[in-house]
Amino acid sequence: MDNAATVPISDVAIEALNNAMRKIGNASSVHNFGRAVRKDVEDAREELARLVGCGPTEVIFTGSGTEANNLAIKGFYWTRVSQEPRRNIIVASAFEHHAVLDPIEWLVEHEGAEQVLIPITEAGVIDLDFLCSFVAENRDRIALIAVMHSNNELGTIQPISEVITIAGDIPVHSDAVQSFGKVAFDFAGLGLTSTTISAHKIGGPLGVAALILKRGIDVTPVLHGGGQERDIRSGTINAPAIISFVAAARDAITNLESRSASINELREYLAHRITREIPGARLNAVAGNHLPGILNVTFPGTESDAVLLLLDSHDIAASAGSACSAGVPRPSHVLMAMGYSESDADASIRFSLGTINTRADIDILMTVLPDVITKASKKVSA
Amino acid sequence: MKLVAAMSGGVDSAVAAARVAEAGHEVIGVHLALSSNPQKYRSGARGCCTIEDSHDARRAADVIGIPFYIWDMAEEFHEGVVENFMAEYANGRTPNPCLRCNEKIKFAAVLERAKALGFDGVVTGHYAQMRETELGRTMHRAVDPAKDQSYVLAVLNTEQLAGAYFPLGDIVKDDVRIEAKKRGLYVANKPDSHDICFVPSGDNAGWLRERLGSEVGEIVDESGKKLGEHKGAYTYTIGQRKGLGITVPAAGGEPRYVLKIEPKTNTVVVGSKEALAISHIDGEKPIWCGPVPAASTEYRGFAQIRAHGAPLPCTYRHDGTHISVDLDDPLFGLATGQGLVIYDGDRVVGSATVSSTL
Repeated sequence: MDNAATVPISDVAIEALNNAMRKIGNASSVHNFGRAVRKDVEDAREELARLVGCGPTEVIFTGSGTEANNLAIKGFYWTRVSQEPRRNIIVASAFEHHAVLDPIEWLVEHEGAEQVLIPITEAGVIDLDFLCSFVAENRDRIALIAVMHSNNELGTIQPISEVITIAGDIPVHSDAVQSFGKVAFDFAGLGLTSTTISAHKIGGPLGVAALILKRGIDVTPVLHGGGQERDIRSGTINAPAIISFVAAARDAITNLESRSASINELREYLAHRITREIPGARLNAVAGNHLPGILNVTFPGTESDAVLLLLDSHDIAASAGSACSAGVPRPSHVLMAMGYSESDADASIRFSLGTINTRADIDILMTVLPDVITKASKKVSA
Repeated sequence: MKLVAAMSGGVDSAVAAARVAEAGHEVIGVHLALSSNPQKYRSGARGCCTIEDSHDARRAADVIGIPFYIWDMAEEFHEGVVENFMAEYANGRTPNPCLRCNEKIKFAAVLERAKALGFDGVVTGHYAQMRETELGRTMHRAVDPAKDQSYVLAVLNTEQLAGAYFPLGDIVKDDVRIEAKKRGLYVANKPDSHDICFVPSGDNAGWLRERLGSEVGEIVDESGKKLGEHKGAYTYTIGQRKGLGITVPAAGGEPRYVLKIEPKTNTVVVGSKEALAISHIDGEKPIWCGPVPAASTEYRGFAQIRAHGAPLPCTYRHDGTHISVDLDDPLFGLATGQGLVIYDGDRVVGSATVSSTL
């Protein structure tokens, strides 16, 4: 029940990967073999563009979602500041993924950027009033605005259209790693400047993702070299991974409605059973637009790492917050941004359901969860 | 049994975990994060607070085939060990933080959490032996005299020891490394950790000076005559001879030693080696590692006052709140705050914190 971390690679993606790996040639070569691979990559790029709602030239393949986010944040910032030095403010939601927050912090520490975080409401969405008044007062000083399409710990979908209206001509980047392939997503329809999508969250292989970047927008590269991807991203084109990514995306989008409906039903069943069977458990940010699979629950008085350890001993996977580079568990910055106390944030677990889960999985979870919560509720640290 | 193996990322705790797992126990590996910022206390490959160490511990757990988790004990460690370390020095005493860590963290906070989560005890890579004897479950020195760590474990009471497992007590260090290599643990040749894990570079005095300030005070002889100045009395320890920075030589030219540290007046008293000699030690807050000896009864045994110090033949007795020790031969230099550990042969009887000497 940790599908938001990653999901198993799908059969169609494995098949596409296997076939593509047997084909020789570098997609950037001038010869016949290279051209054949290039054709497959460009076919894939065009198909992905249709699935995302953008033009093929707007697709920049990267090695990870983190890389795509770094490219967007740093790339926009460097470009904007070089054109207009006073535009050094980066506005971002307070509960962005670390792949967005950390590049911003790096720019603050090393490049003179200013960071402004949009507060999060109790409903788990950004505070649009704050954004509206901040942008009104600082319009000509903002380099970019970053708001994720949906939050990875809560599952809440963010009001991106409203953000874009408020932003006007300020570029808006949206990390859609958790949304793409799970809920309707239309890049051009939304009017985004850039977005990040990733293969391994939708049944594609690890190590491939994409930055969708509006045509005509320049960003400064992070990786310099051959300039294979629109002269913005360098590195040999990973043709098999890209082709497999797109096969997974096709599969996800084709089956989006039926899968979402059944995963959403599972989530409601899980929510129902937890509410009924675990006294004191609180479901976090479940109202409003939501991803089908994510359910975030606070079990007051517990420590999430103890809950996860005990669930793990029953071979049940879930997650909580994030860990620092040494692996030390930290209370979720997402819940802290929503105004949770450190102890409540630390008492919260994210269950994320996917196509591999069934009602039987939830029944198994619920046979052990009451006891796990009781054990983890004892004073487990001195 | 269900056991939590505390894994520092070093070779000893890795082999200890492997041994209990191989014996058929249900074992999880736990690395303790002891600093809220893992690079704060120490950088470099030694010690217990680095990203490399947590990685080494995780890798060892994976090779052994046991689940692995990181437990955040930074707050407990700071309150129970680091603050105590600073407070003791500020009071002119010389603490041993490894003792406190065993007493307050590994066999308190960690053991309690392990029990709450349904485990039976904590396994560490300490060199000591637990044995079932006619006196019950008792703690004894390790077979490797060079590595014996019973001294730093003597702060554990019988309840704590009931949940403590030391699988390395019967093996010498060289064999631990050989065993690690055979088991495919790449920490087999990792250097031993030395010094105090939370003091970077081992510069104890510098670390204390940063936190306690460096107020200049006087170095005086036993008559009160000023011989020099120091930058913080707490950076000295009783019996210290080197680095005193005294400009006035002694009349007979003989070396001088720190005799006393007076925190209130920030004064360091120095004198001859003879003046350091003590034959009586009083220890407070006794902890018994096995059956409690009858009060007010004299026993023969050995006193040890440093982690790798020699066992000193002695007669000891206690009154419930203090242990008093009469040494057969005089001892030169013992600071209050140090751990006093009593042995009966190789069995650890108990311990106390040195409160006064005569």
